[in-house]
Amino acid sequence: MTQSVVVQVGQCGNQIGCCFWDLALREHAAVNQKGIYDEAISSFFRNVDTRVVGDGGSISKGKICSLKARAVLIDMEEGVVNEILQGPLRDVFDTKQLITDISGSGNNWAVGHRVFGSLYQDQILEKLRKSAEHCDCLQCFFIIHSMGGGTGSGLGTFLLKMLEDEFPEVYRFVTSIYPSGEDDVITSPYNSILAMKELNEHADCVLPIDNQSLFDIISKIDLMVNSGKLGTTVKPKSLVTSSSGALKTRHKKPFDAMNNIVANLLLNLTSSARFEGSLNMDLNEISMNLVPFPQLHYLVSSLTPLYTLTDVNIPPRRLDQMFSDAFSKDHQLLRADPKHSLYLACALMVRGNVQISDVRRNIERLKPSLQFVSWNQEGWKTSLCSIPPVGHSHSLLALANNTCVKPTFMELKERFMRLYKKKAHLHHYLQVEGMEESCFTEAVSSLSALIQEYNQLDATKNMPVQDLPRLSIAIILSSENISPGSLQFL
Amino acid sequence: MSVVTVQLGQCGNQIGFEVFDALLSDSHSSQGLCCKRENEAYQASCKERFFSEEENGVPIARAVLVDMEPKVINQTLSKAAQSGRWKYGQHACFCQKQGSGNNWAYGYSVHGPRHEESIMDLIRKEVEKCDSFSGFFIIMSMAGGTGSGIGAFVTQNLQDQYSNSLKMNQIIWPYGTGEVIVQNYNSILTLSHLYRSSDALLVHENDAVHKICAKLMNIKQISFSDINQVLAHQLGSVFQPTYSAESSFHYRRNPLGDLMEHLVPHPEFKMLSIRNVPHMSENSLAYSTFTWAGLLKHLRQMLISNAKMEEGIDWHVRPPLSGLPSLGKMSLNKDLHFNTSIANLVILRGKDVQSADVEGFKDPALYTSWLEPVNAFNVWKTQRAFSKYEKSAVLVSNSQFLVKPLDMIVGKAWNMFASKAYIHQYTKFGIEEEDFLDSFTSLEQVVASYCNL
Repeated sequence: MTQSVVVQVGQCGNQIGCCFWDLALREHAAVNQKGIYDEAISSFFRNVDTRVVGDGGSISKGKICSLKARAVLIDMEEGVVNEILQGPLRDVFDTKQLITDISGSGNNWAVGHRVFGSLYQDQILEKLRKSAEHCDCLQCFFIIHSMGGGTGSGLGTFLLKMLEDEFPEVYRFVTSIYPSGEDDVITSPYNSILAMKELNEHADCVLPIDNQSLFDIISKIDLMVNSGKLGTTVKPKSLVTSSSGALKTRHKKPFDAMNNIVANLLLNLTSSARFEGSLNMDLNEISMNLVPFPQLHYLVSSLTPLYTLTDVNIPPRRLDQMFSDAFSKDHQLLRADPKHSLYLACALMVRGNVQISDVRRNIERLKPSLQFVSWNQEGWKTSLCSIPPVGHSHSLLALANNTCVKPTFMELKERFMRLYKKKAHLHHYLQVEGMEESCFTEAVSSLSALIQEYNQLDATKNMPVQDLPRLSIAIILSSENISPGSLQFL
Repeated sequence: MSVVTVQLGQCGNQIGFEVFDALLSDSHSSQGLCCKRENEAYQASCKERFFSEEENGVPIARAVLVDMEPKVINQTLSKAAQSGRWKYGQHACFCQKQGSGNNWAYGYSVHGPRHEESIMDLIRKEVEKCDSFSGFFIIMSMAGGTGSGIGAFVTQNLQDQYSNSLKMNQIIWPYGTGEVIVQNYNSILTLSHLYRSSDALLVHENDAVHKICAKLMNIKQISFSDINQVLAHQLGSVFQPTYSAESSFHYRRNPLGDLMEHLVPHPEFKMLSIRNVPHMSENSLAYSTFTWAGLLKHLRQMLISNAKMEEGIDWHVRPPLSGLPSLGKMSLNKDLHFNTSIANLVILRGKDVQSADVEGFKDPALYTSWLEPVNAFNVWKTQRAFSKYEKSAVLVSNSQFLVKPLDMIVGKAWNMFASKAYIHQYTKFGIEEEDFLDSFTSLEQVVASYCNL
């Protein structure tokens, strides 16, 4: 069993991270009734004897003493991290896992990346090394951040290069919150494009998410729950947005519901690696199956169902509905419509009482309405995990490597160009040491190259699939003895 | 003589458990339809082949469990122990922390060499426990990373270190539509390597077994457990003890040797598949009766028309009239009509088995011209019934059964290879484009050889 370390950077990253740890505890508490520290829990938590002072005190087996998150919390302002440390999750974090500053990055990527990057480089490296040492077999770093601000965007992506150099064998999965159209940070396009270049070059896998989609999903859930259309009541714990039943009660904050969705995404992504099932899928399989070319590593995600009814018997129709919903544009965590774009690869990670025949039936049913690239017509990866998420009897996470990410990138580029042409706010960046206009132009061309790759794939969309000519082998068989004679290529 | 089983990866371990369970349940079954002495001889033979004894009498499977991550092996060990009737050896497993990531190259080039010594050591210990050793039965899938990559590596090692022993690989052919996206790459790499180092490849297709669960067993929500149990049933009906000759009084001693002697006359043709009749849910079984004539007629037609199960057989397909020249080479573009065999083995178990007439299988028209039917066809008959079936017949066949599936996999892999998709994941660990091309070449040759029968 492997371990993963979560690195949460910036205000957004830390708030989402906080929700994640809360839900992770809830999930493990529900599964692990006996309080034994097992391998599943160890993937995200250390078991520590708090009576021991200093660094020792890690307990690898036996009863759970005190769980500590395998996390590094980084923020250049103190507000968010301090709140976490005073809140109900304070026991889960070690003060040794934090890096904070006072002044913040001022929504400036260059300040986050270059100023704080060089200032805190050694400290960050040391904390990362420590967290890696606590792991028996470290497989993956999960980085959570937003793209539009300064710390998450700048310092968060500075980390990536460091992780690549220092831990080349460990995967880097990045959950990035992209700015929505009506983002109130004016310089978010600059920050996002500068960050994108780093993601292109140093991330193994990126899960882009935008706030607007999360907000739409919340509204949809509220509507369904309040409209009374549903005859029976919705199970409160089963809302993908809810933190009810969480081990520690937190005050409800405005982004809580949205952050919970992202937290659930991360839990479901790792469920098949942590828990048993009839067809397991480890984290290294995600990259292997869903990234056909190194630069095309952006995966659009969708989570279903958004809530479960108290109805105990789930008819197959409802199960099939779960699969259909996973492909609808309303359930994607990014503004994207995968059904009308081209699929390069798709992964279905199912949890709960769902068997292989259910998955196959739905793949057969949905396949005709989806377009897959010519060289990967059967590009499906499946995983079955027996343990459902808390409050649900089953759930599905769909990850799609699909050209539908292109519009998001193109829009971002457009917003960037509108600002850049007028050189608006540029001086804030250029006055940081090491920043020049070439940084901007390089970042934009990196993004343009990526968009061009997607364009080329899209161009193949409606072409008929041709079978390529195969190798021809000539075999000369003599009639007496059968051994194949010479072998020629025709 | 004993068989040592090597279970590799999630698939191999999940199936291995079901196989040992099925073998032991059947050998303890009370519905053997034979006398007590017969039953005891059967049990003893089965035990000698597949189990060793522990002090308190609990049989221990002669198996080595290998996986690159711990969850499945832990589950498998505990399921076996929970059954109370048998278990795996305490130290018979090799496990790592991080899986192979569905990457054949990682399994073959990284994990294989790194853990070669430990794995071969475990295997050696198991072989030493056997009084007389028949060979290896290696259970693996083609689609993933561990079973396929490490399976290929281990088989090669076994060929080097145990060159006098036989190796039969049980391979699971994945579903046509995606369990794993790079399954076609992993499959062609596995098959081409195994073709060089294994003695026989016994193939089970997930799609075919799935249909058996759906149509014959009437299971509504089919799980991998169901599929594995059908598979285990088929394997059990092949590997359980059978008689040497019609009038002998003891069971055959060398299961693997006998199988290979009859079925693999030529190293270019080593793909075997299993068909069995009847196969149905327990409920239906209670209400059915069978005659040998009926069962064998169906089985023969399944062979000729390339049917994978008893339902939906195409009765229009007929063998070519003997004496006339063969109808030309089999074309892959048309529907596969007549299935030519190289060698067939029919194993019959149950009531009145001596009266079963297998003449239909000796028709020279069924076979290629280079073996006389008397050499190409064999039948083993055993009085003792198998697993609640009053009469059961299983056909192990070396024929054109697998050409079409093989051709499809090679075609899909070739299409993907032409676009170079995912290749960087393999070159990262030392499997280069030439290795892929070599594999394609080998397999095209296999397809062509089978087509030219």
